[in-house]
Amino acid sequence: MATEPATEFALEGPSALQGEPRRRGTAGMGPWRLAFRRLRSNRVAVVFGFVFVVLVAVCLAAPLWADHVAHTDPYKNHLTDTVIVDGEKKDVVTPDGIPIGPTWQGEFFLGADGNGRDTMVRLLYGGRNSLLIGVAAALITTFLSIVVGVLAGFFRGFTDTVLSRTMDVIWAFPVVLLGVALGTALTLSGLQIGPVDISGRSKLIPILIIAIVYVPYMARPIRGQVLSLREKEFVEAARAQGAGSLRIMLSEILPNLSSTVIVFFPLMVANAILLEAALGFLGVGVQPPEASWGTMIGDGVKHILSGPHLAIVPGVMLVVTVLALNIFGDGVRDAFDPRAKIHLEH
Amino acid sequence: MPEPLLSVRDLEVSFATDEGVVQAVDGVSFDIGQGEILAVVGESGSGKSVSAMTLMGLTRSPNARFSGSAMYKGEDLISASDERLQDVRGAEIAMIFQDPMSSLNPVQKIGAQIVEQIQAHEALPDAQARERVVELLERVGIPRARERIDSYPFEFSGGMRQRVMIALALSCDPNVLIADEPTTALDVTIQAQILQRIRSLRDETGAAVILVTHDLGVVADIADRVAVMYAGRIVEQGSLDDIFYDPQHPYTWGLLGSITRVDKPRPARLPAIAGLPPSLADRPEGCHFRPRCPHEFAKCTEVPPLEARVEGGQHLDRCWLTVEQKRSDREVLPGEIGLRSKEGAPA
Amino acid sequence: MARFIVRRIGQMLLVLFAVSALTFLIFNVIPGGDPAVRMAGRHPDPGQLARIRAEWGFNDPVYVQYLKTMQKTFTGDLSSYTTNVDVVDELRKRAPRTFALAIGAAIIWMLAATAIGLYTAARAGRFADRSITILALVGISMPVFWVGALMNYYLGFKWGIFPNGGYVPFADDPWEWFYHLIMPWTALSILFIGVYSRVLRSNILDTINEDYVRTARAKGLSERRVMYRHVLRNSLIPIVTLWGLDFGAVLGGGTILTETVFDIQGVGQYAAESIGQLDVPPVLAITLFGSFFIVLLNTVVDILYAAIDPRIRLQ
Ligand SMILES: Nc1ncnc2c1ncn2[C@@H]1O[C@H](COP(=O)(O)OP(=O)(O)OP(=O)(O)O)[C@@H](O)[C@H]1O
Ligand SMILES: [Mg+2]
Repeated sequence: MATEPATEFALEGPSALQGEPRRRGTAGMGPWRLAFRRLRSNRVAVVFGFVFVVLVAVCLAAPLWADHVAHTDPYKNHLTDTVIVDGEKKDVVTPDGIPIGPTWQGEFFLGADGNGRDTMVRLLYGGRNSLLIGVAAALITTFLSIVVGVLAGFFRGFTDTVLSRTMDVIWAFPVVLLGVALGTALTLSGLQIGPVDISGRSKLIPILIIAIVYVPYMARPIRGQVLSLREKEFVEAARAQGAGSLRIMLSEILPNLSSTVIVFFPLMVANAILLEAALGFLGVGVQPPEASWGTMIGDGVKHILSGPHLAIVPGVMLVVTVLALNIFGDGVRDAFDPRAKIHLEH
Repeated sequence: MPEPLLSVRDLEVSFATDEGVVQAVDGVSFDIGQGEILAVVGESGSGKSVSAMTLMGLTRSPNARFSGSAMYKGEDLISASDERLQDVRGAEIAMIFQDPMSSLNPVQKIGAQIVEQIQAHEALPDAQARERVVELLERVGIPRARERIDSYPFEFSGGMRQRVMIALALSCDPNVLIADEPTTALDVTIQAQILQRIRSLRDETGAAVILVTHDLGVVADIADRVAVMYAGRIVEQGSLDDIFYDPQHPYTWGLLGSITRVDKPRPARLPAIAGLPPSLADRPEGCHFRPRCPHEFAKCTEVPPLEARVEGGQHLDRCWLTVEQKRSDREVLPGEIGLRSKEGAPA
Repeated sequence: MARFIVRRIGQMLLVLFAVSALTFLIFNVIPGGDPAVRMAGRHPDPGQLARIRAEWGFNDPVYVQYLKTMQKTFTGDLSSYTTNVDVVDELRKRAPRTFALAIGAAIIWMLAATAIGLYTAARAGRFADRSITILALVGISMPVFWVGALMNYYLGFKWGIFPNGGYVPFADDPWEWFYHLIMPWTALSILFIGVYSRVLRSNILDTINEDYVRTARAKGLSERRVMYRHVLRNSLIPIVTLWGLDFGAVLGGGTILTETVFDIQGVGQYAAESIGQLDVPPVLAITLFGSFFIVLLNTVVDILYAAIDPRIRLQ
C-alpha cells in the first residue's frame, strides 16, 4: 500500500514499456488492437475492471440512496432517534454509546456510527471522496510526470539535471512521511500561491499532496522512455523536416508515451486511494465532518470495541476497490507487455 | 568404421508456439567416432544449436517435444534421466556455447565457475582445483592466468571469454566436445589459435568433436567429416573431400558456390543463397529445399531419404536427382554463386 | 572501489542537503500564514509566538531560518510547544522500538517472499501460481492500519491468541518482546511480501532463460545447485537493493501506521500523535531524521551492491 510503492513501480511498471515505439499511421493500430485483444481474453482482469466500474457507479449514486432509501444525509446525527427493526423499536445509539449494527433495511442498512450517522450513507459519500481524490490525484500525477519526464528527457542537460535531482530528493522521502509532513503543514494554514488560496480543509490539499508525492515514480520511467525515443529515426525525420521542439514533443514523443501512461494509470489510482486512506486515518486527509474510507476506517478503529463493523465495512470497500484496480492494472500491463505473459507459458 | 562413440538416430525436436508447431530438428541421424571432427554447417535457424543442445538434455522449454535416440557408451541420452545426464554433462560431453558474452555468470569469478564444474565431477580440494584451472587458462592462451583467475567476466573481452568457455569445456577432459560456433565472434588470428586448441585436444585425448559453424574456411581447415543441415534435416553428409569435391545436394552447391573452381580460394562465409529458408512452422512438403531449387521436378514432393547414392556408401544425401544429373548440373551452374532463385530475381 | 565509495558519499551529502532544504521548505515556507503560529500548535499565546519567532529566526532572511532550524534539530535543542517535551530525547527513547519492529519485519518479509517467489516461479502459469498471484495482489491492496486493527481486535482482543498491542522491551523479557511483536511484524510485512514475491518470481523467470544458467547445467551441476547458486542468487541481487531501500523507508517513517495501530510507542507513533495535535516540531524532526536515514541506507546499499555485483562500479 502507500508505504512504499518504490518497489512496485520501479521494478514492474517501466519494464512494461520499452516496447517498440508506435508510429502513427500505417502499422499504428496493430499493437493497440493486439493489447486490447489480450486484455479482453484475460477474464480475471476484465471481471475486476467491471467490479471497479460498478463500485464507481454505486458511489456516484450516493444521493439517490440517501434521499430515497435511507432518508438522511451523511452528516445528520440520529443520536436520540429510534429505528424499527423487524417490528421492534431500537435506539440508534444506546444510552451507553453503543451504535446499532447492520439492520439490513433501508435506514441504517449497515448500522450507525458513534454519532448516530447512517454508515451506509457515509460509506457511499465517503467512497465518492476516496475515488474523487484517487482519480484526481492520479490525473495530476500523470500530467506532472509527463511534463517533467518529457522536458527532462527531451532537453537533457541542465533541465534534466535540475528536474531529475528534484525527483531524487522527493524520492528520498518515504511516501507516507512526506504526505504526512505536507499534510500537517498545509492542513494548519492552507496553501497560498499568489492569488490562489486553498483552505486547509479543502479536498484539494490531499489531492495535491498525493499527486506530488507520486510524481517521481512515474516521471522517471517516462524520462527514460523519452531519452530513447528522441534518438529514433522518426524523430530525426521530423527534425529534418524542420519541426520545432514543441511540435516534436507533442506530435512525435507524446503519442508514443500513451501505452506507458495507460499501464501506469490504474495502478496510480490504486496507490492514490491507499495513500488518501492513510492520510485520512492519521487525520491529515479529508477533514470532518466529510468522510472518506480512510477517515471512516480511522473512526472505526478508534471505536472498534463498540462494533467492529465500523472498521470492517469501509475497509472491505477500500480493499475491493484497490484490488480491482490492481488486478485490472496487472492485466493491462500484461496486455501491453507480452514478455510478462510469455513467462506464464514457460 | 569402428563402433561409434556417439550414435544419433532420427532425432526430432519440435516446439509448440503461438504460430504453430515448429519442427526445429526433423530426423537427424549421424555417428561420430573417437578422435573424429564432424563439422555441422547450415544456414541460421536450420536447427544446429537445438540438435546439439538436445544431445545434452539442455533443450528445456516445456513446449519442446523430443523423439529419437542418441546412444553414448550403450546408453540413450535422449531418454536418460536428468540425474544421469548430470554425470555426463561437463565430464564426458562438454559444450562450448555460441554466445560467449552471455554464457558466463556475470557475478561469479571466472576461476570459481570452472572450479565449480571440476568439483561437480571430481573430489578435488580447492587448491588443486585452482591449480588445474590456472593450467587450463594458460593452455587456452590467457596471459597471466594466475592473476586473471579472480577476474569477473565483464573484465574480459569477447575473445578472452570464449577462451574461458573453452577452458571450462576442456576442464574434465571430455570424450565428446560440442563446439557451437566457437569462433564466430572472434577475429581471424584468435580464431586460428582456438581451432588449434580444439585440434590439439582431439590429438591429445582422442575426443570426438562436433563443430557447428558457418565458416567453410574453418570446415576445410579442421573437419574430418561434414554434415550439411537445412530446415531441420541433414541434407548431405560425408567426408570433407566428398562434400567439397563431389557435393550431391543442390543446397550444398549453393553453400560452396561454384565447386569446380578449386583453384580459387573458398569463400570464407556461407554465400547468400537466393530466397529465404522456409518457416519451420509451415514447411513445404517433400524436399524442404524445393522452393529455392532450380532443379525441382515432380518427385520432389516426396521426402527424399538420407541415403548413400554415390558408390562407396559413406556419402549420404537427400536429393532425388541421379548422381549423373547432379554431377553434370552443378558443373554448368552460372557464376560463382551456385544458385539463382527460380523467379530469376536474386534476393 | 575506494573511489566509488568516495564519490557515492559525496553524492549522499548533496542529497542530504537537498532533503533538509526541502523539509525546511515544507514546514516553514510553502504553506501560507505565519510559521510561528504553525510551530506553536493549536493554542498559541502571543508571548510564546514572539519567543518562537526569535528562536527560529522567523524575522531573519530565509537562509538564517534554515540554519537555525538545522542547528536546533541536530543539537537536540528542540522541544514541542504543545507538550513541552524535548523532541530529540523523546526520539532517542523511542527509536529502539521502531528498530525492533522494522528489523524483524524486514527479515520476515524477505524470507517469506523468497520462499513464495521460488514456489510460484517453479509453478509459473499453474493454478497455485495464479492463486498466489491474486493473494499477493490482495496483500498489496490492504491498508496496513486496517489489517492491523482487525488482527488486534480478533487475534488479540476477541480470541486472545496474541497480546492486544503494546511493547515489552527486550531486556525486560525476551519472550514477551517477541510475543508482542509477532502481530505487528506480520501486519507490516504483508505488503512487502506481496510486492517482493512478485518481483522475485518475475526475476527468476527471466534469469532461468539466461545463457549462463544453461552453461551451469552443461557443467553437470545438480538442478538444486543450478537453482540456488545461479538462478536464485542472481535473481536476488536486485531485490537485495530494494530491500535496503525499503528497510530505510520503513525505519525512516514507514512504521507510523503500524505502530499506531499496535500501540508500539515508537518514533512512528510519536509522529502520528504529534500530527493529531498538529504539533509541528516533532513532525519536522522526524521527517528530517527519517529522510536522513533513508539517504544513508541508500548509500550503504549502493556500496554493498557494488561489492556484490562488480559491474556496477564501472558505471
Ligand atoms: N524454445 C524454442 N521455442 C520455439 N522455437 C525455438 C526454440 N528454440 C529454438 N527454436 C527454433 O528452432 C530453430 C532452430 O534454431 P537453432 O538455434 O538450432 O538454429 P541454428 O542452426 O543454431 O542457427 P544459428 O546459426 O543462427 O545459430 C529456430 O528457428 C528457432 O527459432
Ligand atoms: Mg545456433
